[in-house]
Amino acid sequence: MNNATTSDFDVQLIREQFPILRQQDKRGKQVVFLDNGASTQKPVSVIQKTTEVYEQYYANAYRGVYQFGQKVDDELELTRRTVQQLIRAETPEQISFTSGTTMSLNLIAQGYGRVVLKPGDEILLTIMEHHANLVPWQMIARQTGAVVKYLPLHPDGTLSTNQLDQLLTERTRIVSVTGMSNVLGTVVDLKSLSRQVHDAGAIFVVDAAQLISHAQIDVVADEIDFLTFSGHKIYGPSGVGIMYGKAELLDRMEPLLGGGHMIDQVFPDHSTWAPPPAKFEAGTLPIAQAIALRPALELVQTIGYEAIARHEHSLLRSGMEKLQQVPGLKILGPASEHRGAIISFTMEGAHPQDLAFLLNRANVCVRHGHHCTMPLHQSLGIDASVRASFAFYNTHEEIDELVAALFEARKRLRLN
Amino acid sequence: MIDHNDNLNTIPPLEEIYAEFDFLGDSDDQINYLIDLGLDLPKLSPEKKTEQNRVHGCQSQVWMTTDFDSEHSQLNLQAESDAMIVNGLIVVLMAAYQQKTPQQILELDIHAIFDRLGMDRHLSPQRKNGLNGMVQRIRSAAQQALNL
Repeated sequence: MNNATTSDFDVQLIREQFPILRQQDKRGKQVVFLDNGASTQKPVSVIQKTTEVYEQYYANAYRGVYQFGQKVDDELELTRRTVQQLIRAETPEQISFTSGTTMSLNLIAQGYGRVVLKPGDEILLTIMEHHANLVPWQMIARQTGAVVKYLPLHPDGTLSTNQLDQLLTERTRIVSVTGMSNVLGTVVDLKSLSRQVHDAGAIFVVDAAQLISHAQIDVVADEIDFLTFSGHKIYGPSGVGIMYGKAELLDRMEPLLGGGHMIDQVFPDHSTWAPPPAKFEAGTLPIAQAIALRPALELVQTIGYEAIARHEHSLLRSGMEKLQQVPGLKILGPASEHRGAIISFTMEGAHPQDLAFLLNRANVCVRHGHHCTMPLHQSLGIDASVRASFAFYNTHEEIDELVAALFEARKRLRLN
Repeated sequence: MIDHNDNLNTIPPLEEIYAEFDFLGDSDDQINYLIDLGLDLPKLSPEKKTEQNRVHGCQSQVWMTTDFDSEHSQLNLQAESDAMIVNGLIVVLMAAYQQKTPQQILELDIHAIFDRLGMDRHLSPQRKNGLNGMVQRIRSAAQQALNL
């Protein structure tokens, strides 16, 4: 494999679709945006679609028979169908709009967990989960008397399934894992894990917040029972997210939020629920956001996951190689073939906070801190790290800028 | 290497920090100066980096000791962070509070000093929280010393 961008993928053409990437600092230096794991930038198609909704047909969803209302309903269903195609789901009714991954996971934990969990039942996570796929399970465990357990990592940062036999017991009801770690970039073999989870009689939940913008997910082939992701991490608007579920599980679980649109019948003493997805869509949806999510997903489909992965892995490989040449720098997590396009690191003698601050002065945007993964950082024996996370619009030149900025930061901190 | 930071010579007086900030003008240069102050802050001896001496509410780790000498009841402030910019802020705090009596500490308007330095431009809300945590630590030590 070479480091050059492959011929069917023109990163400059993609960059042209993202107006924000042309932003310069006061010295005229272009922004190097490497915090895509936190949130991605938006293409002009998403920005225009948002404007289109507000300028041409905005109304509440599923309420009005008038022209605007019908157009909104149609557009929302188009997004729902696009999500269905993107993750290869069986039907559009299995796609619910939420406010984001966090809401989706809380909805599953409360809505499904409350129905099935009994005292002593077990929920199995991995130690590298984002707090969004950890705290909701702790909460439902406390409410039901269930127990949360964790799959550990190998020393190289890949997921260890050595102890799966002991950790996956007849009491395990739910296994919820990230498809790709937001810190280590570690990817999980979803298909092989789901099979073992199902053999043990548990259900398999995947937090795809990170994975969704990097790799093809097939909820049927990978036998995923619930899948969650956020629009804003796949070039779409913030405020909208997705919960996918297997039809029988969606029927079985309870809604989390009660209110308008999610009901079938309401009586003074009780109510009955509308069928999914309405059952999980109480209140007014993030209307413009959900509609403007579609062009973001279509952009990913047009470029194709294969081409995206090829480009991003080329960035990842050269990034890891070049960063390793920075003195004192230690990359967290596995070799490039076991990870997506995220590189977190620490530097001997430099606090992540100082590094992120100094990189910002070179107009390089990275994140520092525990990245909402305190148990993972505890298991690694560190408080914080710096994270560079890549998107399909990043370039090899930007990696060079990151590396140069790190050398400058070392000088500034008198580390040379 | 100095292994304790009660050496007052390394801490510039507040007036000198004001003058330097005014001279530099540009916020990038001011931050550079703050980092240099932080890099020159003498290290806290390792046995003082205890859980008890840790200041919470900071993104980085900060350890701080606040002793009042028995004769004049003046503050001997020692602190260190693992982040250099925070060490720069610690130098400002030392310039403001070092050798002050509990009464003087409680009367000191630290926010006026931060405003004078234009800290609003330099600090994120999280970092301001951390800074407030350090200020609170100093003020409650002063309050405690008064109550003794």
